[in-house]
Amino acid sequence: MTGRRPPRSTAHDLERYAGLFAQRTKVMKSSAMRDLMALTERAEVISLAGGLPDTSSFPPDTYAALMQRVADEACARALQYGPTEGFASAAHCIAEVMQAEGMTVDEGELLVTTGGQQVIDLVCKTLIDPGDVIVAEAPTYPGAVPTFCSYEADVVQIEMDADGMRIDELEETLDRLEREGRRPKFIYTIPSFQNPGGVTMSLPRRQRLVQVAHERELLVLEDNPYGLLRYEGEPLPTLYSMDGGEFVIYLGTFSKILSPGIRLGWAAAPRPVLQKMNLGKQAADLCSSSMTQLFVAEYFASGDWREYVDSLVGIYRGRRDAMLEALQTHFPREAAWTRPQGGLFIWATLPDYIDTTDLLARALDENVAFVPGRAAYLDGRGGSSMRLNFSGSDEAAIREGVRRIGTVVAEQVALYGTLTGAAPAGGGRDSLPADAAPHPDGLAEVLELPRRRPSSRRAESDR
Amino acid sequence: MSTVAVLQGGRSLERQVSLKSGARVEDALQRLGHTAVAIDAGSDLVARLTDAKPDAVFVALHGRDGEDGTIQELLEVLGLPYTGSGVAACIRCWDKVLTKHLLRGVGIPTPDFHAFSETAFRELGAAQALPAIESQLHFPLVVKPAAQGSALGIKFARTATDVPAAIVSAFSYDRKVLLERYVPGRDLAVSIVEQDASPMALPVVEALPEGRDFYDFEARYEIGRTRFVCPAELAAQTAERAQALAVEAYRALGCAGFARVDLMLHEDGELFVLEVNSVPGLTETSLLPQAADAAGIGFDQLVERILAMALARVP
Repeated sequence: MTGRRPPRSTAHDLERYAGLFAQRTKVMKSSAMRDLMALTERAEVISLAGGLPDTSSFPPDTYAALMQRVADEACARALQYGPTEGFASAAHCIAEVMQAEGMTVDEGELLVTTGGQQVIDLVCKTLIDPGDVIVAEAPTYPGAVPTFCSYEADVVQIEMDADGMRIDELEETLDRLEREGRRPKFIYTIPSFQNPGGVTMSLPRRQRLVQVAHERELLVLEDNPYGLLRYEGEPLPTLYSMDGGEFVIYLGTFSKILSPGIRLGWAAAPRPVLQKMNLGKQAADLCSSSMTQLFVAEYFASGDWREYVDSLVGIYRGRRDAMLEALQTHFPREAAWTRPQGGLFIWATLPDYIDTTDLLARALDENVAFVPGRAAYLDGRGGSSMRLNFSGSDEAAIREGVRRIGTVVAEQVALYGTLTGAAPAGGGRDSLPADAAPHPDGLAEVLELPRRRPSSRRAESDR
Repeated sequence: MSTVAVLQGGRSLERQVSLKSGARVEDALQRLGHTAVAIDAGSDLVARLTDAKPDAVFVALHGRDGEDGTIQELLEVLGLPYTGSGVAACIRCWDKVLTKHLLRGVGIPTPDFHAFSETAFRELGAAQALPAIESQLHFPLVVKPAAQGSALGIKFARTATDVPAAIVSAFSYDRKVLLERYVPGRDLAVSIVEQDASPMALPVVEALPEGRDFYDFEARYEIGRTRFVCPAELAAQTAERAQALAVEAYRALGCAGFARVDLMLHEDGELFVLEVNSVPGLTETSLLPQAADAAGIGFDQLVERILAMALARVP
C-alpha cells in the first residue's frame, strides 16, 4: 500500500464550522422526531407517515415510449439549460391542468418550479424578512415548517374546523397583529383536502378569505397539490379563480397527478411578484429540469392525462375508504378523525393524555409509523394528534397498519384507565364529518380540530 | 496498526446519533493509521464481523442492543475484543432502576424513587399506591422509562393529575417506569476515561438549557439549543466531589474503558447521581469529547486510548 488516502475527517467535524454558520441555521434543527422518522424507512415498517403518491400504477411502457420520443425529437434541448420561467410547452400543460380546475391563466404569469416546495421557498425568499409574520393554518403542512423557519419568519397559526381555516379567527388575529405593529406578509393555506388536516375550506370562507386579502392588501399563497384528487362531492372554485389576479399566488404541482420524481411544480402570481420570484429562482437553480419538462409536454401531447388522474382517484378512494373503515374498527371511542373528500391524508386525534411522539416510538416496535401531530405546529401543539397517509400503501397494508396503531393506542387507553381508575374504553366510534356540506351562514359551527393543551411542559420543550 | 470494526446505527431510537458517533470514530481511526470498517448493526452483523476479522470492535452503538449488553454478549461469543464496558456493567447501567439500587446500596446519593413494571399497574393494582408514592417523593416528579438512552419519554409531573399521562408516555419505551424525586439545580456530567487501568474523571461539564425547563433530546445533539460549559463554573470542592462521586459510581457498576456519569447539583449544594451511560455519545456536541478536550485530550487521542484498552484485554 502506498500512502493513505487523505483523511475525510473534516466532513464530520461539525464544531470546526460552527462559527461560520448563519444565524438561520440555528432555527433549522434536527429533532427527536426527525430521528424517529428516520426509523420509519426500515423495509419491515408499514409507513402511513409519508405523503407518497402511488407511482407504481404508471405504465413502464408509457414511460419508456415518452422518454424515447424526447430523445428522438429534442435530445439536445433535454440535455440543455432552459429558460428560468420554464418552457412554453410546459406552461401550456400547466394551463391545461389549471383549466381543468376552472382557472384561466395567462401563460406569461407562470413560473415553472422545481416541485411545489420551491414555490413556498421562493415566496418566502421574495416576501419574508426575519421576524415578518406568516399566517398559516393550525395544523399546517409539516414540510412548510422548515422553510418558514429558515427565513426566520414568525408563524401565526389559525385554527381550523370542518370548513377549513376559521376566517373569523383569522380576522381577529390580523387585527391583533396590526395593533401590535406586526406585519403579516402572506397567508398560507391549502384550501382543498388540507395537509395534514384533511378538511376543505367551504365556499363562503373562500369568498371571505379573498375579500380579506383585498381589503387588507395581503397576499395569499394557495397551495393546491390535490385539487384534482377528489373522491366525492362537488369541486369548489380555487381562491385564484375568485381573486382576479391581484392577491393570490397559486401553487400547483405535477407531483400528485403524475410524478413527484420529475420535480415539477409551478406558481401563478401577479406579475410584479412573479418577476421577483423569477429572480429568486435564477439565483437558486437557474431553471428546472429541461428533461422532465419535455417529458411532461410529450405526456400531455400523447393522450388524455386525465385518464391517469381518474385511475389514481379510483385507487385512492378505495384506500381512503379502507382507512376510514379500519379506523372505525380499530381506534378507540375516544379518538376522532377527519373524513377527507379528497387528497392523501387523514388527521386523527387521540385523548390528550396520549403523546403521539412517544406513541410513535411504541408503534415502531410494532413496525408501523405515522407522523406525530407536533410536526404540523410551530408552537408545540398537536401532541395528541397524528397524520395518516392513505395514498402510499395498498388497502391490505392500510388495514394492517391501522390495526397495529389501534392496538398500541388501545393499550395506552387501557393503561391510563387503570392508572386513573376510569373504565377502560373499547370499540370504534363515529368519525367526524369533516367535510360536511358548507353552512349557509358562511361560518360553520365550530368543530374544533382537537388539540393538546399547550400548558404541558413537555409540549413546550418539544419544539 | 489494527483493523477495527466500528459498530454503529442499529435499530435503536438513537440510530441517527449513533451514526454520527460512528462516523467520527472512523475518521479518527483513519487519521491514526488504523483500518476502520464501518458496520451498521443489523441482521448480517455476525457475518460482517466474521468477514472483517477485526483486531478489535469499537462499539459506537447507543441505546438498545449497544448499551444493554446484547452486542457485548455477542462479541464475547465471537471472541472479539471490544471497547468500553462488559456485559454485566452494561446491564447495570442500562436499567436505571438497577443502577439506582446499586448506587444506593454503596451509599452513593441518588434521588429517591420508586419503579414499577407495567404488570404492577395492570395486574396488581399499583395505581392505588400512586398517592402514597407521590406523597413520599413530593412534586414535581420526574417520570421516565427505566431503560432509554436519550431523553425520549422523560416527563415532568407538576401535580398528581400529570402523573398518569407521564406514565403512559414512559411505557411507550420500556416495560418499567421510574418515578423520581425532581432535584432542582444544575445539570452536570462527569466523563470518565481510564488511564493506566484506573478511572480518571475528566473536567465537569454543565448543561445550561437556553430558556427551557429541561434539556431535552434535541438539545443534547444539536449545536445552539443547550450551552455547555466545560469546565463547569463550580467551587473547586464541589467539582472535586462530583468527580469523586462519578468515579465511585463507575466502580460500583463495574464499568470499563470509559463512561459518562450524569449528576444533579441541588440548589442546597448536595450532589446526586442520576445515571451512568456505558456508551456515551461521541458526536461533535457530545459531552465526553468536550470534557476530554478540556483536559487536553484530543478526539484522536481519546479514540486511541479507548481502543488500546480494548486491545489490551485480548485473552
